[in-house]
Amino acid sequence: MIPQNFEYATPNSLAEAFKLLGESNAKALAGGMSLIPLMKLRLAAPDKLIDLRNVPGLNSIREEGGMLRIGALVTHYELESSPLVRSRCPLLAEAASQIGDIQVRNMGTIGGSVAHADPAADYPASLHALEAQVKLAKAGGERTLAIGSFLQDTFTTALDAGELVVEISVPVEAAGTGVSYQKCVQPASGFAIVGVAARIRKSGGRIALARVGVTGLSGKPFRAANVERLLEGAAGSAGDISKAAAVVADGVDANNDLHASADYRKHLARVYTARALAAAARKAG
Amino acid sequence: MNITVTINGTRHTHQVEPRLLLIHYLREVLGLTGPHIGCETSLCGACTVAVDGKAVKSCTMFAVQCDGREVLTIEGLASNGNLDPIQLAFWEEHGLQCGFCTPGMIMTTKQLLERNPSPSETEIRHGLDGNLCRCTGYQHIVNAVKAAAAKMGA
Amino acid sequence: MATTVARPETLVGKRIKRKEDPRLITGTATYVDDIQMPGMHHASILRSPHAAAILKSINIRPALETAGVVAVFTGADVKDVGPVPCGASLPGLRVPHHHILAQDRVYFAGHPVAVVVSTDRYIARDAADRIEVEYDVKAAVADPEKALEKGAPAVHPQWPDNIAFTFHQENGEVDKVFAEAAVVVKQRITSQRLIPCAMETRGVVADYKTGEKALTIYSSTQIPHLMRSLVAGMLGMPEHKLRVVAPEVGGGFGSKLNVYAEEALMGFVSMRIGKPVKWIESRREGFLATIHGRGHADYFEIAAGKDGTILGLTLKLIQDLGAYHQLLTPAIPTLSVLMMPGLYRFKNIRADIVGVFTNCTPTDAYRGAGRPEATHGIERMVDMLAAEMKMDPAEIRLKNFIRPEEFPYATATGLSYDSGEYDKPLKKALDLVNYGRLREDQKRARAEGRLMGIGLSTYGEICAFGPSPATPAGGWESATVRVEPSGKVTVHTGASPHGQGEETTFAQIAADEMGVDLDDVIVLHGDTAIVQYGIGTFGSRATAVGGTALYFALQDLKVKIKKYGAMLLDSSDVSYSAGRCICNKTGKSVTLAEISGASYRAMRLPPNTEPGLMATHFWEPPNFTFPFGAHIVVTEIDKETGAVEIKRYVAVDDCGKIINPLIVAGQVHGGVVQGIGQALYENAVYDDNGQLLTGEFMDYAIPKASMLPRIEEDHTETPSPVNPLGVKGVGEAGTIGCSPAVVNSVVDALSPLGVKHLDMPLSPEKIWRVLTGGKA
Repeated sequence: MIPQNFEYATPNSLAEAFKLLGESNAKALAGGMSLIPLMKLRLAAPDKLIDLRNVPGLNSIREEGGMLRIGALVTHYELESSPLVRSRCPLLAEAASQIGDIQVRNMGTIGGSVAHADPAADYPASLHALEAQVKLAKAGGERTLAIGSFLQDTFTTALDAGELVVEISVPVEAAGTGVSYQKCVQPASGFAIVGVAARIRKSGGRIALARVGVTGLSGKPFRAANVERLLEGAAGSAGDISKAAAVVADGVDANNDLHASADYRKHLARVYTARALAAAARKAG
Repeated sequence: MNITVTINGTRHTHQVEPRLLLIHYLREVLGLTGPHIGCETSLCGACTVAVDGKAVKSCTMFAVQCDGREVLTIEGLASNGNLDPIQLAFWEEHGLQCGFCTPGMIMTTKQLLERNPSPSETEIRHGLDGNLCRCTGYQHIVNAVKAAAAKMGA
Repeated sequence: MATTVARPETLVGKRIKRKEDPRLITGTATYVDDIQMPGMHHASILRSPHAAAILKSINIRPALETAGVVAVFTGADVKDVGPVPCGASLPGLRVPHHHILAQDRVYFAGHPVAVVVSTDRYIARDAADRIEVEYDVKAAVADPEKALEKGAPAVHPQWPDNIAFTFHQENGEVDKVFAEAAVVVKQRITSQRLIPCAMETRGVVADYKTGEKALTIYSSTQIPHLMRSLVAGMLGMPEHKLRVVAPEVGGGFGSKLNVYAEEALMGFVSMRIGKPVKWIESRREGFLATIHGRGHADYFEIAAGKDGTILGLTLKLIQDLGAYHQLLTPAIPTLSVLMMPGLYRFKNIRADIVGVFTNCTPTDAYRGAGRPEATHGIERMVDMLAAEMKMDPAEIRLKNFIRPEEFPYATATGLSYDSGEYDKPLKKALDLVNYGRLREDQKRARAEGRLMGIGLSTYGEICAFGPSPATPAGGWESATVRVEPSGKVTVHTGASPHGQGEETTFAQIAADEMGVDLDDVIVLHGDTAIVQYGIGTFGSRATAVGGTALYFALQDLKVKIKKYGAMLLDSSDVSYSAGRCICNKTGKSVTLAEISGASYRAMRLPPNTEPGLMATHFWEPPNFTFPFGAHIVVTEIDKETGAVEIKRYVAVDDCGKIINPLIVAGQVHGGVVQGIGQALYENAVYDDNGQLLTGEFMDYAIPKASMLPRIEEDHTETPSPVNPLGVKGVGEAGTIGCSPAVVNSVVDALSPLGVKHLDMPLSPEKIWRVLTGGKA
């Protein structure tokens, strides 16, 4: 219940934050919903906590050049309730609304969540389906990585020491795209046993675009390109969907824990992929 | 470090250790023992308070993060001795037994109803996902939230 | 004389909102962690990470050298304190000496090893990390059936077979009826280990006053008086120098019906440092250090005649005890044996219990304590029997129920059931769900390929613990009623409620008997310095035993009131009603306040009468009470995922006379949801090394609001003849009736696939494996 001691700083600029983060065993604090419980259980014990809340420019949502640019400190609740996000990227709003609970969504941030890289977190499924870009910054400059390059493994990202997630970009959804996030909830923690995000766009009675992102199934969330390939060009019948969903777990090294064995998780991934695709296809009309 | 926090309408300034959790600051420094500690993994919600109008779990926040902010606890909910309609509804509908989860339940309900003044039963039940109760089976709590919504909408 | 309008009706039986709530909804109640004292210190307990290990060395120096640390104590310091008591006695019971801190060996993960005392809560926690302990880790055993195997690691090396006790009970001609039976059904049924998870963890504040040599212990307990007697013994101090206070208690469910090492340990620490000290269990600590419940592997056989008449039942019960006996650990499975006949007439039973040590947290009473296991067993066996005989599960129950004219009914296990009309709640529940039509719906659902199940359970419980000869520490309860000089009424109850609402229900009883308003009565409890000796709140006993003690104290007091009334009215023929003593000849009357005032001023006294108005009654119940009821659950299974959805939950409970329907409904809801928790979600999982894998709320799923159905709740009211209030008790009913109804429903849903039984919890994965024919 009681964390180890640490120093605390609230930098007023990114430059100042980078400087502080460059010091040994410093950790950035965004919403704290993942980090603080770990500190209380003494599974994390940073020497310095760099609270980003006073850093300007990290909590806005802007539409720019066909993209939504979401500051790292935007909370789950802001994403879930933002009219802009709900209309321009409904998948992300839907995913945000299924995270944790009201209190967690009020505090937790998208940047904090992706930087923590919990394999059972909700966002990565949608971010993969959206082919999101993650902008990182450090004292030396900025770089932008595709979500698949950013999330490397369980609790492991491409972040360098002293580097921060500053922005997540997702494309503005084109008209006629149906989206859905379907999640099998771990009843104790509320995390995803598996979560599947789907986007479907149709053109001339055929699926023109299919995007599928999967979280919870393995140590690393992923985009199910094999599922997408089977769908693109198909009519999107129930049969097409179940055939495509059937391959989602192929070759995946599935997680195996108290809450679901590897083979059950793979089965759930297939079921929830079919459900997400069906819901998205329905909305795509 | 020094922090200044407005709590239930009163400004307080204290010297605190950075690691002091908001819940311990409220309970042990300020003597506001209404919010409770029921877990350490941010799941039970017994410690729920509002920070700048947002329901948060005060066990998953450091007091230093509240510097310059406003905190509302269960103790600040009644005004001039008049119970808040949510408090009254919990009483009338028997929405509590041992009472340990109740301050958190009430604070979450407040946020829920601020955002959704006439929630469905399903919305209420999901709205309480961050608050555990081991006594009531939640049914009377759900009834209390409905009754409070009706009272506040009336 | 003043005139008052008599209240037109009784308060007993009315839906009255609770008197205890204002402090709880405003956050102004005082739970143990809310207590602050000048000079208060804080304790943090270091616990073993290993389930079995020899303690080779402990180096406390780094902790002691931490600024702010006042003391560190280890097993050597407290070797003469204790042991932690076991109140249950069984022939041949092996009782390991349970020190309050580990001596040379640890027996379960979470075993307390040392305690750090500091002026600061945070520093105490930091310093506990600095204690260096060298463990020689030994093989552990966490599964009770594996613990019985030859060559299993010995939990206590002096008892290599890991058997703490065996217990046999038998009645009738078991072998004969099984030999002659038309049908015999056998099944292994488990009731998994559960973690009680009261929302308030345990906590203790101990405050030793060196001048008085007196200790006060504030503890989140269900049994302040018993705790005082036992902890005084553990600390070797005179009992009257120890005061125990149960402040506001945030739920117990049996987990605080105990005496724990930490209660004596904090007393010891406060005596050593001469300052108050507080210890608050963290949730993670609570998962390891507070008792668990259930932990059964039961082997049942049931025999029936060809018409479906149940002839007999046998049970081999393997109880996972954990590493130690807590207060009632070995007694809990004996309650399962007592209730194994359920509501049925058969008289031939044989039961054998094997109590097994494991390297796990001790098990003990958790809501229902032995009876849910029994009810789960008999109600599953009856359903399996019905399936085997192609009988409807309602029909086989109605056929085998004890008949109303047979009460009091002497059961095969030696109990005397007090009263019952067992078909009434079942028929009411069947009507509520429209059972005939529901079965038609089910046929249609099956035709559509859907998996819909209808499950019922008819349960009986043994409650209102109980006659003293049948309980370890006295089964009576006490009440004092004091009418103050102003006429206001103060009740002291020896029961120590913690959420059950007795401040309200007992006030209803007292207000009715005294003829005063509800607000004119307060009910005090939970402080041994204020309240006469009492037993506590557990086993659905507080109202049936404590309420009855109160009722008799009120009768005693009315006799005295009438003596004063007669004197004041100068009459030899008076009656008392509606708060007034009335002369039956003249109709003149005096109020309770006038009588009370006169009794304290004592200008005149009635013959042979003491001044003042106070009465105390210790009531010894002549029998237990036996509530009963019927639950019906409709489920549907998601064929793709195996997830169970409860579509309807109907609970018809008969808890005897109802004092406050609002409170009874709350007890039923809460009980049912703990039953649903066991049936669908909860499971304390240990690995082979004795590590608890479900050691926090991240992994141990107690139900949330969104995981639950709305419960449709109704009642029948069959008064108990055991007490004049006619009440039976309701605290555990929901839990006891629930789990078999849920499992019967799910098994019913899966019966077209040939499924006959499934063990709890009914996780989606378990059902998915069934759906895939075990091939997945």
